[in-house]
Amino acid sequence: MTPGAGRHAVRRRAGGRRAGTVVLAGMALLLASPAWAHVQQGQAAGLVTGLRHPVSGLDHVLAMVAVGLWGAQLGAPAIWLLPVTFPMVMAFGGFLGLLGVPLPGVEIGIAASAILLGSMVAREARPPLWLAAVLVGFFAVFHGYAHGTELPAGQSGLMYSVGFVIATGCLHATGIGIGLIHRWGWGRIALRVAGSAVAAAGIIFMWQAVA
Amino acid sequence: MRRRVLVAGACATFLLWPGTAHAHLVTTGLGPVYDGVSHLFLTFDDLLPVLAMALLAGLNGPAAGRRTLFTLPIAWLAAGAAGYASGAALLPAGVTSLSLLALGILAAVDLRLAPRVVSALAVMLGIVHGWLNGASIALAGREESGLVGIAAAIFVLAALVAALVVTLRRPWTRIAVRVAGSWIAAIGLLLLGWALSGRI
Repeated sequence: MTPGAGRHAVRRRAGGRRAGTVVLAGMALLLASPAWAHVQQGQAAGLVTGLRHPVSGLDHVLAMVAVGLWGAQLGAPAIWLLPVTFPMVMAFGGFLGLLGVPLPGVEIGIAASAILLGSMVAREARPPLWLAAVLVGFFAVFHGYAHGTELPAGQSGLMYSVGFVIATGCLHATGIGIGLIHRWGWGRIALRVAGSAVAAAGIIFMWQAVA
Repeated sequence: MRRRVLVAGACATFLLWPGTAHAHLVTTGLGPVYDGVSHLFLTFDDLLPVLAMALLAGLNGPAAGRRTLFTLPIAWLAAGAAGYASGAALLPAGVTSLSLLALGILAAVDLRLAPRVVSALAVMLGIVHGWLNGASIALAGREESGLVGIAAAIFVLAALVAALVVTLRRPWTRIAVRVAGSWIAAIGLLLLGWALSGRI
């Protein structure tokens, strides 16, 4: 056997092994496995509801993305301080709602958050870090109060909370990701335009809340 | 003084109020030990606190991580055995939320703690959740060896997560861990609200 023929034989064997591996992996994936029932109920439904809830309302989506955009504009340490503090303050709002503590003007507060956060992004405002954190935290209470407590009957409260927090965090991450275009000149302008659009949408939300 | 006594009394009443144990073992068909292993990964009431504890231990360095690796599963197993023997869950249903809240906040603020403090937290976590696990296994009439599976799964999970966090060097990676801690704290606060409002 020539050296070339030997190499071909080795390649053929390797190809055969690879095909066998693919077939076995496919069989393992497609093999039907029994579903084991257990006593927990409403877990998956609670998680899905929690994941879907924050992205189902434009008011919440725009405000959360605006938080990320503003954080990206402000740079370190705001870019990481806001995503760390926001979920906890938002959960505090949900906690107040669950305890039945009255919070007047929730819808107005949510609309105001879009107007104010959008304006901050549009103006590329740079207040002191503590002021930015207080501002964002203040509005987080309204968002948590309105959205953190809407659990349908029969679903898991824990899994709803997990989904709700993860989805909100992902909205922040989306805002931060978009906000990274701030490093370019055209990106800075685009961010300010986006901030103006969020503020304009906030005015519409405010109109709907007051009317 | 009087107010302090009243606050202490209210806290003690809250902590000692007997509640229904909602923990349980999933039936895998592979026996009680594997039921215990799968229990941890399918029950977020127990999984999230263990994750939070592992994140906190990892953030506090290799010494804290090594101690947690052993103290947490041992405390969990011992308290589980005691809970199984007593067969009574003497802790409120919302206690899980307090674990999530406390450990999540500590991880989110990245507080530097002495290894012995981290160990003490791990022991406390193991006692509370292990007791609830053991009591609910006894109430469900299942075999106590499920606790061995739970403890083994905790050992593996804590080892992997704490070791991963210890190796993180870039600043943003530690921030990602802190964000995860804040998410866990937020989930704990919401869960506490659900428990106090009686909706779960």
